[in-house]
Amino acid sequence: MTRLREVGTERIKRGLAQMLKGGVIMDVTTPEQARIAEDAGAVAVMALERVPADIRAQGGVARMADPARIKAIMAAVTIPVMAKVRIGHFVEAQVLEAIGVDFIDESEVLTPADEHHHIDKRRFRVPFVCGARDLGEALRRIGEGAAMIRTKGEAGTGNVVEAVRHVRQILDEIRRLQALPEEELMSAARDLRAPYELVLEVRRLGRLPVVNFAAGGIATPADAALMMQLGCDGVFVGSGIFKSEDPARRARAIVDAVAHYDDPDAVARACEGLGEPMRGLDVRRLEPAELLQTRGG
Amino acid sequence: MFVRVGVLALQGDVSEHAQALAEAGAEPVLVRTPQALEGVQALVLPGGESTTLGALMARCGLDQAIRRRVQEGMPVFGTCAGLILMARRASDGEPPLLGLMDVAVERNAYGRQRESFEDDVVCPAVDPHPFRVAFIRAPVITGVGEGVEVLARHEGLPVLVREGRLLAATFHPEITGYTGVHRYFCSLAAAAGGVG
Repeated sequence: MTRLREVGTERIKRGLAQMLKGGVIMDVTTPEQARIAEDAGAVAVMALERVPADIRAQGGVARMADPARIKAIMAAVTIPVMAKVRIGHFVEAQVLEAIGVDFIDESEVLTPADEHHHIDKRRFRVPFVCGARDLGEALRRIGEGAAMIRTKGEAGTGNVVEAVRHVRQILDEIRRLQALPEEELMSAARDLRAPYELVLEVRRLGRLPVVNFAAGGIATPADAALMMQLGCDGVFVGSGIFKSEDPARRARAIVDAVAHYDDPDAVARACEGLGEPMRGLDVRRLEPAELLQTRGG
Repeated sequence: MFVRVGVLALQGDVSEHAQALAEAGAEPVLVRTPQALEGVQALVLPGGESTTLGALMARCGLDQAIRRRVQEGMPVFGTCAGLILMARRASDGEPPLLGLMDVAVERNAYGRQRESFEDDVVCPAVDPHPFRVAFIRAPVITGVGEGVEVLARHEGLPVLVREGRLLAATFHPEITGYTGVHRYFCSLAAAAGGVG
């Protein structure tokens, strides 16, 4: 007995994220940048109005990009195109689904539209990626239907320290779950503020049940390989490429470093002669209100 | 039967294929360099992004190494992006990446991700029962050469094709956890000269 053809199932949504593993997803603001990213070997591009470093510098309310801009980028490349919506702004998400964006990032980099609720992502056929700083946050997003998780890091800083903190935090909490006796898992779920069933699944798998990328501050091939060796499935690079001196060359170098992350000779070759990286910020000198990672939770 | 089957591990759903191969009774080996390719008897080209995989293979010389091994008779199984790498012709005029198989493909032919789907496929050569697979931003095979056998069709389109020791699918069996196609490939690889 044959079953029906189905679109937008959980495994179709998570499946696209699985196809992106071992790859680099690059922020772009124009069709020309998108083509540079594709030629460098990006597995997807994130279509934006402004990269996070400019959002940080210019201030104001950051919103979903103009659909015309996103469509122009979609027309320029054959790789998947992602775009960001504000946390909780489900109408922006409906708009992106309507124009055919392949993946939606419900992102703390934009100004939140709802301080209490994230989007019910199960209602959409298009998969979502969401940021997380710890295991509880990751599992709440997956519970809402996220098909992919990324560390929040601290976007637009060119400083990898927060992404490292977040991935280590998630891995540490997974290891702790695995060490707990079964009767303590309900309390663990309560403390994590995470759905109990997902806590059980993470304990069984020893990892998140969806693909987990690094994001927020990655600026060099060595940063990217670091996140891969720490256990991430792939890397988002935002401002790090098009805020550097030679974007095409740096983009290609980061792709090479992610593909060969466990080969120091290959990473060394990727790091050579790239010109100036983006300037970067010391995260400790940012005011609490300037932090993007504390949005959503 | 014991076959060492490489999985091209530059990008894509590598661990899913490695697991399917292990369940099918083969020994999966991750292949990132031409040297690693020397140690395997067959190769799986996984799902992923074909432009990324094509660029990364060319940069480390794996494209030439794979072509040479295929000329010597190495069996290859490609899924989705893997099929695009193997195809000799692309309908959008893009140059072929590995150009191993006499088929023409159109990339992302079903549309964008919102049109991606899962469905049952019927293929008696692989399984007496229908099996469920995923079509994710899948290509369509728009033409097959004389030596190419269509093993399965879905909605009238060829979705699983074989040309001698080369096997290619537009879909992902590894995403739904179905291992029958990998079993079929492993027996093909073993018959091609795998060690007993």
